[in-house]
Amino acid sequence: MRFLATAEQREFARTLDALLGACGTPAVARAWAAGEHKPGRELWARIAAAGVFALAVPERHGGMGPLPVELALSFVELGRHAVPGPLAETVAAAAFLERLGESATAPELLPRIAAGDAVVSLCVRGPFAVDADAADAVLVVEGDTVRRTVAHGPVQASLDPARRPARPLGGDVLATGPAVAAAAAHAVEVARLVTAAQSLGLGRALLAATVSYAKQRTQFHRPIGSFQAVKHRLANTLIGLEFAQPLVYAAALALAADAPSAGREVAAAKVAAGEAAHAAALTALQVHGAVGYTAELDLSLWIRKARPLRDAWGTPAECRARVLAAS
Amino acid sequence: MDLDLTAADEAFRAEARAWLSAQVPAVPLPSLETAEGFSAHREWEHRLAADRWSVVSWPEEYGGRGASLLQWLLFEEEYYAAGAPGRVGQNGISLLAPTLFEHGTDEQRARVLGPMARGEVIWAQAWSEPESGSDLASLRSTAVRTDGGWLLNGQKTWSSRAAFADRAFGLFRSDPDAARPHQGLSYLMFALDAPGVTVRPLGRLDGKPAFAELFLDEVFVPDADVIGEPGRGWQVAMSTAGNERGLTLRSPGRFTAAAGRLAALWREAPQTAGPALGERVADALIGARAYQLFAYAHASRLAAGGSIGAESSLNKVFWSELDIALHETALDLLGPYGMLADDADEAPAHGSWAEGYTFSLAGPIYAGTNEIQRDIIAERLLGLPKGRR
Ligand SMILES: Cc1cc2nc3c(=O)[nH]c(=O)nc-3n(C[C@H](O)[C@H](O)[C@H](O)COP(=O)(O)OP(=O)(O)OC[C@H]3O[C@@H](n4cnc5c(N)ncnc54)[C@H](O)[C@@H]3O)c2cc1C
Repeated sequence: MRFLATAEQREFARTLDALLGACGTPAVARAWAAGEHKPGRELWARIAAAGVFALAVPERHGGMGPLPVELALSFVELGRHAVPGPLAETVAAAAFLERLGESATAPELLPRIAAGDAVVSLCVRGPFAVDADAADAVLVVEGDTVRRTVAHGPVQASLDPARRPARPLGGDVLATGPAVAAAAAHAVEVARLVTAAQSLGLGRALLAATVSYAKQRTQFHRPIGSFQAVKHRLANTLIGLEFAQPLVYAAALALAADAPSAGREVAAAKVAAGEAAHAAALTALQVHGAVGYTAELDLSLWIRKARPLRDAWGTPAECRARVLAAS
Repeated sequence: MDLDLTAADEAFRAEARAWLSAQVPAVPLPSLETAEGFSAHREWEHRLAADRWSVVSWPEEYGGRGASLLQWLLFEEEYYAAGAPGRVGQNGISLLAPTLFEHGTDEQRARVLGPMARGEVIWAQAWSEPESGSDLASLRSTAVRTDGGWLLNGQKTWSSRAAFADRAFGLFRSDPDAARPHQGLSYLMFALDAPGVTVRPLGRLDGKPAFAELFLDEVFVPDADVIGEPGRGWQVAMSTAGNERGLTLRSPGRFTAAAGRLAALWREAPQTAGPALGERVADALIGARAYQLFAYAHASRLAAGGSIGAESSLNKVFWSELDIALHETALDLLGPYGMLADDADEAPAHGSWAEGYTFSLAGPIYAGTNEIQRDIIAERLLGLPKGRR
């Protein structure tokens, strides 16, 4: 057993971290929230060039996956930098198409996903598709049927302004039958895993920003980080994240091996990472005080992501029920 | 990155499992916090040692198997899954032994470790004093130089199972003129039946006489029983204090087994138990799995040449809070039976929930309180400034 990222995996994550750090993601996220997708699409292309989407696409369709462990590692970095867009949805759509088997859509869409040319939204659990207005394709699964569309209803304002849900409309039936439901169930596991990883990265960034603020902000002639109430909240945040992390990687390994325990492992990771990042956001807000409560502060982009990510693709209650049912 | 076991690890695990399934007493031993239970558990330690299962991670020359940390984790998983008895020798095994491996002499290791592994000598920890708990370095008990050794005076307290144990290890002030409180301390071993030692048992929260106060009046300790250099006792104690907080005191196997038993309680619970309790059972399962995986990562890091320092404080807070939540949930599931002591006529069959519950309540206090651990996490892992203490 070597339950540690390999040197290559660490290097891959570091490179992605550096790349995203240089991209000015807060401005991109703000533009995305305003419905301006151009900077987001440019960033998307760079993420694709780094190989992230190819990790979700099999080789025969122009990718190098599926590689859930590397996907999880990249989504930690995407979360760390609050990258906007239907990232989990695109990767889950790739997993869905790959599982569905040969169809006309897979050879058309999968290579474009891998190359970063297709932004895809996926709606399995209704009623909304995330960022449908920015997507080149929207896949809608209802029971045994999957439709493909680009049409959607009005974009809904949401808690995370850079995560914009809309009702998908119309579209042509791509496939029907039990294989659709099975592929959709698999896609949900993948979406859950990468959303958990994204939460983990988001929480790490929230903690890092808050620790550095607590060292620098003084009140009562002392850095606020020297007050025990502040310290202990930050310590709790670190504990939450540190114990969520191995669950995320174990879930990725279970998915990679198609293990029977994968559903349970993924659900456990989703609960722990989602809750840890949510707690990190509340701590970040509290420790920053009023400045944390402003939209001007870039940190607000991270704070506002935490709660929707915690609930996306399976609320904590749903995921806990999954863990319980499997034990 | 992988979670795969080698054939050797699998074989080790299988051997442990087979041994345990043949040897674990069918009827649970009486509580090890009582005189009767203590001697029953001592015999169990002897049985473990006879087949070299008592200290698997120690070198073979001292009765171990030279097992890796990962193998030790696997052993612990098997041990608690099999419902095997609590380890009465654990203070010696998890606290004194690592100290001797790091700071002891060959003579001390040769003399102390074998009897410890066989349960022939059970050790108590004599660190805390009435006026010195979290601020351990303020301790006042003294060690004064005499011919061929030291004379101990003072009072120690909260010493677990010292009422039944044979020997103790502790910290004493040997240089009252040292510049700082952390300096001038020495780490010594002494017999609990030595002339000048008075042991006064003290009832714990559950009434069991498992604590003791120790009164020391001119107790002679030969030079051979000083660990490390005199005056450097603090460094000796702290170099292995992480063992107490971290994995070796509370291995994940305890919690994965307890969470499994909790899930069994849940499956048998009446429909009226309600979904909120189910969520808490799920959290216990998730928490135990997280701790297990964290330990695997920890073992992997050590095997790859890394080291673990203040990270053991993360473990301490996590396992102690998990333990309480898990037991609170069990009592809730047991409903009217939850309040019954383990030896009550109508006590529930699955495991000793009542004693486990009461014991879990102490977790945030011993081995360094969770408040102190959170300070360590904030200052050493997050780099926040030191506050007033
Ligand atoms: C079941 C059990 C077994 C034990 N076994 C042993 C044993 O075998 N040998 C042994 O030597 N000792 C043993 N102890 C004692 C244990 O080590 C001490 O209880 C512990 O170090 C805390 O000291 P204290 O109880 O004096 O509490 P205090 O240090 O007086 O603390 C009281 C409260 O104040 C808080 N506090 C103190 N300082 C700070 C601070 N700077 N910031 C914030 N909060 C603070 C503490 O966290 C705690 O909540 C045992 C204790 C228990 C409960």
